[in-house]
Amino acid sequence: MSENIITYPLLVHLFFSIVLMFFWSKVKVQKIVTIIGNFIAFGVAIAVFVFTWQNGTHVVNAGNWDAPYGIVFVGDMLSATLILLTAIAGLTVSIFSTVSIINARLRFGFFSVYHFLLLGLNGAFLTGDLFNLYVWFEIIIISSFVLISIGGEKNQLEGAVKYFTLNFFGSLIFLTGLGVIYGLVGTLNMADIAVKIQSVNNQIIVDVCAILFLTAFAIKSAVFPLNFWLPASYHTPPSAVSAIFAGLLTKVGVYALIRMMTLIFPHDPFLMNLLMVLAVLTILSGAFGAIIQNNIRKVFSFLIICHIGFMIGGLGIFNVMALTGVIFYLIHDIIVKTNLFMIGGLIYRLKATTNMKKIGGLYKSYPKLSLLMIIVLFSLVGVPPLSGFWLKISLFLSSYNTGNYWYLGALILGSLITLLVVAKIWAEAFWKNQPEFKASKRFIFFDKLYPIQKWQFVMPIVILAIFSLYIGFGAEHIQALSERIAEDLYNSQNYIDAVLKP
Amino acid sequence: MEILLAIMTGVLYAAGTYMILRRSIVKLIIGVILFGNGVNLLIFLLGRITKGKPPIIAPELKHFADLYADPIPQALILTSIVISFGLQAFAIILVKRAYKVLKTDDLDMLNTLDEDS
Repeated sequence: MSENIITYPLLVHLFFSIVLMFFWSKVKVQKIVTIIGNFIAFGVAIAVFVFTWQNGTHVVNAGNWDAPYGIVFVGDMLSATLILLTAIAGLTVSIFSTVSIINARLRFGFFSVYHFLLLGLNGAFLTGDLFNLYVWFEIIIISSFVLISIGGEKNQLEGAVKYFTLNFFGSLIFLTGLGVIYGLVGTLNMADIAVKIQSVNNQIIVDVCAILFLTAFAIKSAVFPLNFWLPASYHTPPSAVSAIFAGLLTKVGVYALIRMMTLIFPHDPFLMNLLMVLAVLTILSGAFGAIIQNNIRKVFSFLIICHIGFMIGGLGIFNVMALTGVIFYLIHDIIVKTNLFMIGGLIYRLKATTNMKKIGGLYKSYPKLSLLMIIVLFSLVGVPPLSGFWLKISLFLSSYNTGNYWYLGALILGSLITLLVVAKIWAEAFWKNQPEFKASKRFIFFDKLYPIQKWQFVMPIVILAIFSLYIGFGAEHIQALSERIAEDLYNSQNYIDAVLKP
Repeated sequence: MEILLAIMTGVLYAAGTYMILRRSIVKLIIGVILFGNGVNLLIFLLGRITKGKPPIIAPELKHFADLYADPIPQALILTSIVISFGLQAFAIILVKRAYKVLKTDDLDMLNTLDEDS
């Protein structure tokens, strides 16, 4: 009975998204309800995490149908960790969005859809069935379409069309791969596929299938060469929305890739080399894209791509040390990327623009906020001892030991360019004098907000910055957690046994 | 039947991809719809087509002794049709709105607003 606890995060979000529909036009009530809901979800996520840490992988068979026939929810450490991170990001972004998104937009049911998005994310992390993964992905993308186009401004619609096309195309390719895999092995349970796919005679078709899935998830997680929709659409919605997208939506693609590549598909050199090449190209395209941009939010969008490449490469090396680095990166990245886009929103609120050329003097006018921001920016770069530093040891060492020098070079270059870009932001936006720039008269600057609203702006950033600092200074805990997850992923037999032999 | 369906699937994939690569947004939607139908046919095809063999076990047996029509692909297709209907409906509304605001249905014209926001 107590295994059912892993489905509670789903139920909490489903419940609150339905409750919020009853307060469609009462924005104030919505704000309070959504924060309460996310607090409860956070508590439940901690409970799930603790339960999984103590009891190991556990399985819920929906409707008591045993594993290969029924639908299963599998809670292993990776899922539990990601659910916890989703809850943290969801909570902070919900606090942030109560002030950063104007009421007119909230009246379109923003929070209800937001809870549906979190529901879909949690479901995707938990499910052990390939078709259900597709369904959860659809829940995620339909919610994200609504969130990205809510408000209906010109550039938002432009971003939404691009985002829609690529994501819909991606899920159709996912469905194609799913059909092929069903034709090959006649089952859709991931553990069952993993067992049966080894006995398929024609391994070339398995590789083709793997490439179909790789394409689908690469579109979702913005891997080269399918990444150009991301910078085109991530800077268009309100900052709170792009924060949750940056933190979680691309990572769910990475999660699916990790799951598929470690569990189902055989580790033949062809796939591994393909992943390495993609990783190097992703890092380079993201990094070089980030250098030339002047809009802070666009810079951050390109940095997402760059850092996705770090994770894909670690997956391509495929040993315990590299996987540890990947999982550590995933944990660090969800926290930091969510925070980065919230900082983008805060800068917009402070200076009425996010173009680096037009802002300056942030440090002079807001020294404390600037110090807060620099903590996050340094965590992103990985200045020791902040959070981005420790995981790079695992990634560097494993790529050096296995002789993946191209990837090692790309890692170093990517890190350097991240540092360069952060230095550029610091010099341009924080140190330079404020150039002549006039905001429209109706724009409400940060100074004119009520104190409580200021807190709602700054509080989430502080919370996530504290988490970043914890990841940096308490790195041994996160390292132990990542190692445990990596061991589980590397020996996927445990997962298969847990699902098929309860 | 299989061969016909296989050819049909290929044609739908090709037509869908071709239409997605057009510049008009309306054609993009049509392409997405065609592609979606192709995917559904593919799943149907890969679930092994058997004619007139329902998946029902005779009362005295414990296993399927004969070929049977696999019900799972049909259930999968049903789900995916519903989902893609929802997405297509959303897409059509999105395109209508985008056409109203941007006054164009040419995808190339969407790239104009790349400056700061």
